[in-house]
Amino acid sequence: MEQKKITKKFWIKLVSAPILMFAFAYAMVPIYTVFCEITGFNGTTGRVETEQQYEVDEQRKIEVSFFAMTMGGFPVQFGPKVNSMTIVPGKFYTTSYIAKNNTDETVIGQAIPSVAPTDAALYFKKLECFCFNRQIFKPHEEVEMTLRFVVEPELDKRIKDISLSYNFFKLEK
Amino acid sequence: MTTATDTSATAHDDHHHGPEKGLMRWIKTTNHKDIGSLYMWFAFTMLLVGGAFAMGIRAELLQPGLQLMEPQFFNQLTTMHGLIMVFGAIMPAFVGLGNWLIPMMVGAPDMALPRMNNWSFWILPFAGGILLSTFFMEGGAPAFGWTFYAPLSTTFAPDSTDFFIFAVHLLGFSSIMGAINIIATVLNMRAPEMKLMDMPLFVWTWLITSFLLIGAMPVLAGAVTMMLTDRNFGTAFFDATGGGDPVMFQHIFWFFGHPEVYIMILPAFGVVSHIIPTFARKPLFGYSSMVYATASIAFLSYIVWAHHMFLTGMPVAGELYFMYATMLIAVPTGVKVFNWVSTMWRGSMTFEAPMLWAISFVFLFTIGGFSGLMLGIAPADIQYHDTYFVVAHFHYVLVTGALWSIIAATFYWLPKWTGKMYNEKLAKVHFWWAVISVNVLFFPQHFLGLAGMPRRIPDYSLQFADFNFISSIGGFAFGASFILLTYIVIDCIRNGKPASARPWEGAKGLEWTLEPKAQYHSFNTPPSRKLIEAESQNS
Repeated sequence: MEQKKITKKFWIKLVSAPILMFAFAYAMVPIYTVFCEITGFNGTTGRVETEQQYEVDEQRKIEVSFFAMTMGGFPVQFGPKVNSMTIVPGKFYTTSYIAKNNTDETVIGQAIPSVAPTDAALYFKKLECFCFNRQIFKPHEEVEMTLRFVVEPELDKRIKDISLSYNFFKLEK
Repeated sequence: MTTATDTSATAHDDHHHGPEKGLMRWIKTTNHKDIGSLYMWFAFTMLLVGGAFAMGIRAELLQPGLQLMEPQFFNQLTTMHGLIMVFGAIMPAFVGLGNWLIPMMVGAPDMALPRMNNWSFWILPFAGGILLSTFFMEGGAPAFGWTFYAPLSTTFAPDSTDFFIFAVHLLGFSSIMGAINIIATVLNMRAPEMKLMDMPLFVWTWLITSFLLIGAMPVLAGAVTMMLTDRNFGTAFFDATGGGDPVMFQHIFWFFGHPEVYIMILPAFGVVSHIIPTFARKPLFGYSSMVYATASIAFLSYIVWAHHMFLTGMPVAGELYFMYATMLIAVPTGVKVFNWVSTMWRGSMTFEAPMLWAISFVFLFTIGGFSGLMLGIAPADIQYHDTYFVVAHFHYVLVTGALWSIIAATFYWLPKWTGKMYNEKLAKVHFWWAVISVNVLFFPQHFLGLAGMPRRIPDYSLQFADFNFISSIGGFAFGASFILLTYIVIDCIRNGKPASARPWEGAKGLEWTLEPKAQYHSFNTPPSRKLIEAESQNS
């Protein structure tokens, strides 16, 4: 008996497997984004387009705390207007963050939200948020940026506290 | 040259087919034995280089406070120690063993793609050279740990990181080509009379490892390519300002990283499955369960990656899934350990050097496996994460696991490679020296980790001083043991007594039917069914 020859088909299989896996690494980027949106993984918050009606249980109270961080030498002072709110799931609330640009230059920034615990992220929905768009801060300007949100009643009953934090990053352009 | 009985008659016919003379032999060679040797010597050199870095790390950690180096340089040492050991020492050593042994074990004359084999080796010294040259660049070598998490490796890294990325690309190319070659050799060049379930376990474990390599290494290439474009071409895969996510880096990295740890241990399982039956003088217990266990471990290795990331903020459901999936790996691994122990049960055991290394592999690797289970428990990992407990865990599986099996394999097959016998007395001295010092080195690190000492930090608080001192002393002793190992191997090659074709009484396998020093070209005609059956582990 002769040893088998390496056929063209076998070659194609052998070489295409690594190429496909390389492509898969890139495919993980959109998969990851979609996965985080569906599951609230990594504290990704959701978004609602309209002020929809939820069943409201006035007796149920949740404490929402607001935090602010800046990264990479972001020159704008930034913080929540109120540190925390007691809310009822299913109702819409408005609060705001205040930012003050202390420099002589225009600064462009992008806020990235994160919710903890992560199991709450899926039910924390925003109608309006300064994090939806990049923000432009003119020199020495102080701005109040609004945030309108709802915590959906489907949230696990065991969760009594939610923290929402924003991290502001500087954009170059 | 079909069997051992007529090899001597045909040996001198091979004369004019012998290797070329001089340096060009090694540069141009397409012979699997030459390339295997090149891989082994390269891996050994890198082991000494990476070991020298480890000595620097342990010297700094000998006492609290900063003694010898700047913290930044310490970080460079830990990073390069990890990278060199994983990509320069352990992986090439296994590819070297695969090159040397797989064609002989499956009765093939050579690897299926010999020119590519030459190329995949000769990429390595350049990749290693590029990686090491970063030490001499402005800003120093990469200092972000061997896991190179973004944004530490993108936004905050030294310029030399781009050289590191290129080196990882080259190393990846080399590994993928090596894997393709092994798959093609095993599936196409295997002796026609050899069925898959006749194959020795080292061949099986390497075949499965090859599939892990072609599945995982391209993902690593993808991760470093994203780093490269993030750093230089304005993309934002891992940059939150541009809509990217640094946590995604960890997902991509560990999607490669977890199969990678099995890439480094499955061939070790194969080696031990050869040595233990030989010196227990019994057939391997549960051959087919060994094959299925290896395949199960390989499959599971792709779906547990996020157990490295329990602290990144994961929903409870995610933590539970990754915890249970991780625990599941203990089942096939337990099957293997059980089979090795059962093979020894009531065997006529003798304790030559390869067997000593193999038994201590089973014992010490199991310790590393158990600490791995502890780390896999999501709530407990909050305490253990990024402490010296992790360092102790992966050194037990990689040093007393992977490296142990490489040393065991070296002693076991050295007579076949050189035709000569090593000095058994010195080898035993070396074994006891290494096995005691390695435990003095790594065992106290469990306690340091449980007490909360973080990894990758050049200084520590005073309560960690005693265990660090003990660990460092063990480290220096373990490092010195490699001087003796070098001597034993060179002494064997130069002055060893001639070995017989089958120097181990209970050894089975086609490689032992060749001449004492395997001839340059072996199995030009494939072995017969009868011979394959006689030498099979599955009987």
